[in-house]
Amino acid sequence: MFKIVAREEMARGTIVLNEIEAPLIAKKAKPGQFVILKANETGERIPLTMADTDPEKGTITIIYMIVGKSTALFKTLKVGDSYLDVIGPLGKATHLEKLGDVVCVGGGTGVAVMHPITKGLKAAGNHVICIIGAKTKELIILEDRMKAASHELRVCTDDGSYGFPGFVTVQLEDVLQKNKNIKLCVAIGPVPMMKFLSQLTKKYNVPTIVSLNPIMVDGTGMCGGCRVSVGGKTKFACVDGPEFDGHQVDYDELMKRLASYREDEKRCMDEFCKLHDAK
Amino acid sequence: MVEKPVKKEKISRQPMPEQKPEVRKRNFEEVPFGLSPEAAIKEAERCLQCKNPSCVDGCPVSVDIPGFVGLVKEGKFTEAISLIWEKNGLPAVCGRVCPQEIQCEGKCIVGKKDEPVAIGNLERFVADYERRNRKAPMPTKAAPTGKKVAVVGSGPSGLTVAGDMILKGHDVTLFEAFHKPGGVLVYGIPEFRLPKEIVFSEVEGLEKLGVKLECNAVIGRIVSLDELFAQGYDAIFLGVGAGLPTFLNVPGENMIGIMSANEYLTRSNLMKAYKFPEYDTPIILGKNVITLGAGNVAMDSARTALRLGADSSKIVYRRSRAEVPARGAEVHHAEQEGVEFHFLTAPVKFIGNAEGRVVAMEGLKMELGEPDASGRRRPVPIPGSEFTMETDLVIIAVGTGANPLLTQSTEGLKLNKWGYIIADEKDGKTSKKGVWAGGDIVTGAATVILAMGAGRSAANSMHEYLTRGW
Ligand SMILES: Cc1cc2nc3c(=O)[nH]c(=O)nc-3n(C[C@H](O)[C@H](O)[C@H](O)COP(=O)(O)OP(=O)(O)OC[C@H]3O[C@@H](n4cnc5c(N)ncnc54)[C@H](O)[C@@H]3O)c2cc1C
Ligand code: SF4
Ligand code: FES
Repeated sequence: MFKIVAREEMARGTIVLNEIEAPLIAKKAKPGQFVILKANETGERIPLTMADTDPEKGTITIIYMIVGKSTALFKTLKVGDSYLDVIGPLGKATHLEKLGDVVCVGGGTGVAVMHPITKGLKAAGNHVICIIGAKTKELIILEDRMKAASHELRVCTDDGSYGFPGFVTVQLEDVLQKNKNIKLCVAIGPVPMMKFLSQLTKKYNVPTIVSLNPIMVDGTGMCGGCRVSVGGKTKFACVDGPEFDGHQVDYDELMKRLASYREDEKRCMDEFCKLHDAK
Repeated sequence: MVEKPVKKEKISRQPMPEQKPEVRKRNFEEVPFGLSPEAAIKEAERCLQCKNPSCVDGCPVSVDIPGFVGLVKEGKFTEAISLIWEKNGLPAVCGRVCPQEIQCEGKCIVGKKDEPVAIGNLERFVADYERRNRKAPMPTKAAPTGKKVAVVGSGPSGLTVAGDMILKGHDVTLFEAFHKPGGVLVYGIPEFRLPKEIVFSEVEGLEKLGVKLECNAVIGRIVSLDELFAQGYDAIFLGVGAGLPTFLNVPGENMIGIMSANEYLTRSNLMKAYKFPEYDTPIILGKNVITLGAGNVAMDSARTALRLGADSSKIVYRRSRAEVPARGAEVHHAEQEGVEFHFLTAPVKFIGNAEGRVVAMEGLKMELGEPDASGRRRPVPIPGSEFTMETDLVIIAVGTGANPLLTQSTEGLKLNKWGYIIADEKDGKTSKKGVWAGGDIVTGAATVILAMGAGRSAANSMHEYLTRGW
């Protein structure tokens, strides 16, 4: 059992943060790695990249958006409740080295995944420019933590309600135009966002890392459900990734595969909401 | 009147009562019901009690077959289980899944002229009898040795090592990457062939004896082997299986509706997707299902597809019927349930719709050519024999390989060119001091009983090391 020791709702309750007791994982986890969580006996195994770890306290932090039944179920867990299963740390850690000027772009809950990577890049001696974005002001998350984790933070909202108006791509292009010395771009967020960011950095010849979130079952290389095409080769995101060269990823295939169970997810969510509302 | 000599009436092999194919192909209940005590005794009477029993030669762990069959004949079912346990810790499992037709039963003398003694069914009978009645004395544990043993992987090899080592007096921890123990017995083999309750009851038995079970522990990630030694473990057994799925590298393979048998079966068995939406994990419910391959894994997949509502479930296999590697009983059951077999057929590519879902498979007919490295005649494509088959779910069951997750992160562990751990055939010792390995991670995908046999030899060697040295 893995107890929740702190919990926070963000972005009008659409995004939830859990700090969970998992001392062994906290001790081993590195930026970029993920865990798989299962709430209860009948639950699904859900992969989430860790947003933070505290080895001394023995906790890990995950941040998730409510997108279906499983995350809706996670949301019902209060401080003091427990996840039945937490497995990790899984996947390869981000390769953190001193390169010079780097830019980190995060969208949606991708900002959470970006957080430890940004911290790590800064600690490795890089000058870190960070761009985060969301649809509207209230959906921006972790602004303070990201400010602390980077040297320069730009916040964007699609509707212009806060920070720079428009998509993160606009700010990234601005950065790339002004600074010809960007050595690396890390882009994490919804798949279409990563696709467009990668197209942009390709134009500027800036190496780009993305973190992928395909459907997974085991997270240890045993099922192949997480397979993605990278440079024309099939890779298992759970063991070969989750980070890949953004210029090589077949995003269209990934988007299609992510929709594999859309009908089932909807059915499951509807039933869950009915039950939950009845209570 | 001349008295005719009374000829001993010939008893024929007692049929195994089972669910009717039309019924069972739509449910997940176990197919055979098991023999009645009367039928078991009658079946046991067929055994000739050979002086040099060839059946025992056919058993990879040398169970005293005439011994236990003789006890069944006398109605001494409890004594029979105790005798089996001396060699085999998981008889309820083995009675159900061993390929008896190429092992004990394949060697049985009675089988020369008639059908062999139903050794598997009898083994299953006594194990089930014991599980229901719980009369046999628990094996006794040796005095504590103070030595700590880590067993990595809770499949049949790991369970065997854990059981043997705890009885020898060592302090045993069993680490499992999944959230439930049992290995392939739980995530791979379906409920209708091996009820999970049987495996969990075996694991509970081990826990009662004092084995500590740690699930959700991916060794190599959460802790390395060297760290386990540093934590005070004196010996480690690796029984991590051969869980890496093989894909075909055929165009279109990453479409929705094409998945490995590992994924399909794990969703259905371990995650209980067959009970969706009571359980949250979904699974694709194909109407026209194609399974590629013809081993036990393929049979399990094709039969699971029927139970999940498929109108048609096809096995597509590159070679001919003679090369089918699955257990005889599985092929027979699959045919009875209406699985169609397409031999000498290979996939060429998959065709999808705009959403990226598979809608058809293009295939090619094959014929048998010269023998290949495995001694089997190599299938060669017949030019111009292309055809398409409609499908909405393709399950790839063409074998598995070694998962590099643990082995590559471990220093000093020698692997062969396919990534399997090199271990001594006799005792399971690896190139790394204090580390043993056995089961599929050494041999490549094999059988439950061979994994158990490897576990037994490794346990003996580990015990010797812990009491005497490497
Ligand atoms: C669908 C299917 C049907 C089969 N049918 C039959 C049959 O009818 N008869 C038969 O004899 N054989 C059958 N087999 C083969 C048989 O199941 C295997 O040969 C046997 O289970 C191998 O046992 P094992 O102990 O080597 O490993 P496995 O049973 O593979 O177990 C290995 C365990 O180790 C765990 N593990 C892996 N890596 C790690 C790690 N790093 N840390 C912790 N744990 C880890 C895995 O999660 C798994 O639970 C079948 C196999 C499959 C897949
Ligand atoms: S070979 Fe057949 S008849 Fe002989 S002992 Fe074994 S089971 Fe009995
Ligand atoms: S999640 Fe199963 S192989 Fe990656």
